[in-house]
Amino acid sequence: MTTLHTGSAPPIASTADGLATVSVRGLSHWYGTGTMRRQVLQGIDLEIHPGEVVLLTGPSGCGKTTLLTLVGALRQVMEGSVRVLGCELNGSSRQERQLLRRSVGMIFQGHNLLRCLTAEQNVQMGADLLPGLGYRARRDLSREWLRAVGLSDHLSKLPHDLSGGQKQRVAIARALAAHPRLLLADEPTAALDSRTGREVVELLQRLARDEGCGVLMVTHDPRILDVADRLVRMEDGRLWAEEAVVG
Amino acid sequence: MSLWQGRRIPLAWLLLTRQPMRLAVALAGITFAGILMFMQLGFRDALFDSSVTVHKLFDTDLVLLSPRSKSSISMTGFPERRLVQAKADPDVTGITPVHWNLLLWRNPQTKGTRSILALGFEPGDPLFLDPAVTALAPRLTQKGRVLFDDLSRDEFGPVAKWFREGRVVESEVAGKRLRVAGLFSSGPSFGADGNLLTSRETLLSLVPNNPPGSIELGLIRLRPGADPAQVVDRLRRLLPEDVTVLTKQGFLDLEMDYWRTSTAIGFIFTLGAAMGFVVGCVIVYQILYSDVSDHLPEYATLMAMGYSLLTLLGVVAREGLLLAIFGYVPAYLAGQVLYGVIHAATKLPVSMATDRATTVFLMILVMCMGSAAMAMRKLGDADPADIF
Repeated sequence: MTTLHTGSAPPIASTADGLATVSVRGLSHWYGTGTMRRQVLQGIDLEIHPGEVVLLTGPSGCGKTTLLTLVGALRQVMEGSVRVLGCELNGSSRQERQLLRRSVGMIFQGHNLLRCLTAEQNVQMGADLLPGLGYRARRDLSREWLRAVGLSDHLSKLPHDLSGGQKQRVAIARALAAHPRLLLADEPTAALDSRTGREVVELLQRLARDEGCGVLMVTHDPRILDVADRLVRMEDGRLWAEEAVVG
Repeated sequence: MSLWQGRRIPLAWLLLTRQPMRLAVALAGITFAGILMFMQLGFRDALFDSSVTVHKLFDTDLVLLSPRSKSSISMTGFPERRLVQAKADPDVTGITPVHWNLLLWRNPQTKGTRSILALGFEPGDPLFLDPAVTALAPRLTQKGRVLFDDLSRDEFGPVAKWFREGRVVESEVAGKRLRVAGLFSSGPSFGADGNLLTSRETLLSLVPNNPPGSIELGLIRLRPGADPAQVVDRLRRLLPEDVTVLTKQGFLDLEMDYWRTSTAIGFIFTLGAAMGFVVGCVIVYQILYSDVSDHLPEYATLMAMGYSLLTLLGVVAREGLLLAIFGYVPAYLAGQVLYGVIHAATKLPVSMATDRATTVFLMILVMCMGSAAMAMRKLGDADPADIF
């Protein structure tokens, strides 16, 4: 995969100094206002290191997705500190968050591919975020990522001609094509059967390790827990237990 | 990096073209609006242009009119000696008196009568721009001979057709028998459905009540290099109040202003064009708005990936631009064809003028970009935090 590193460095590359990819301290979050105000996160502390795969589990509605959107710079931080790739998100501007998101790959429960684009073009929407790369270089990069996820025969297919597993793999290729330093995945196997789900997660784990990219994955799926370097369990807005997994 | 190397996935183009039905509806709507605007503005301009077809015949720099002459259908006389007085100005090289009357022409086939514009002049005077007309003028020296406008409306009878077949075409005007001695081309206007040229002598015999020494139009030619505006100023000071001095353009403007202000034509056709514009706006807005709504999760995904809102607004703007360009081209071509059809049917001077083609393009552009701007507000609903 070394050929994939030919692009110039992404805008935020400060994690090379050995700092954690994600460092969350005392994070709390609320939804609603007035009497409807409800706390969803209470004093969260979490660290993710480069190349580390962290799985976040817990019952529905416990705040997992909220944590993911906060770490992914999709939401304004209310209380506590969230440092992602060396950038403090508490008090960040809209534009700072938008630029940070370019270095954060996201894989969604649904695949969220653009319906009007082919698999190759979808992946290139990710590669297009890389600065300083010519069109041909970005296209080749996209093709290479599609090959890495095993879809080199489906370059010019539209999403609705692909199976669920194939779509999710395109989404992974798209996320990785932007050369992220952190990958966030929200139940990436939810729409897949167990065998395909397993394949997709293993692929994700392998590629993230090769790229030295931290991974935070929310999942309910007990069959994929063993891909994690670390399991984190969340209940009622608190992180309860952390356990090391022999990977 | 070259532009070609810097290019991105053409998202706007793909969003439009991957939904061919929606694109077809949008383009049909824009094309329809464009054709409507072309037609309405074309009619308006043609009607105003046609009001001065006769005025444009004259080879003149300045004209003298009676102050009471407000349009080609209400020309009143003024003393011919004013025209002679104007000759005193050093810059004036030639003067030509012209009679201008509306007379009743009897259709030689159906015997019905219809109002026709008759111009009377000395057959030897050089007053026409078109040398073909000047060449025919000597045929008018014989009394009772006229030149007939072959673009006159058909209601005057098959005069031009008969004349070309070599027949002797005679008709009756104001009770006097006249013979057609030749054909010229000018065209109908607001005021007159047809035109004829004749000598002063013939014309005066048709309007015996005309006060002696009175003419309706005086043509003044200036020496080359003279400034018409200065001569107009001097003549206005020189001549008494019973005569108006205008440049040739002023003469044309007087006529067009009359029809513009005293009739509802300008308003009606401009309103028609505005309706085309509004209809187009509604269609394009609907298309772009539903396009943005349908793709909202995808736009939100792009924002989550790190694309800025500005980039996404640019996508919608480019969709608007593409729609404008691809909707305009068929409207332009259809406009060309329809102008040809209308010209053949009505003989109105309607054609694809560059300024109108530009105006309609700009209106379509404003229509599409304005609708795109309205549809963009929907993009504000794309919250990347919602897609998890």
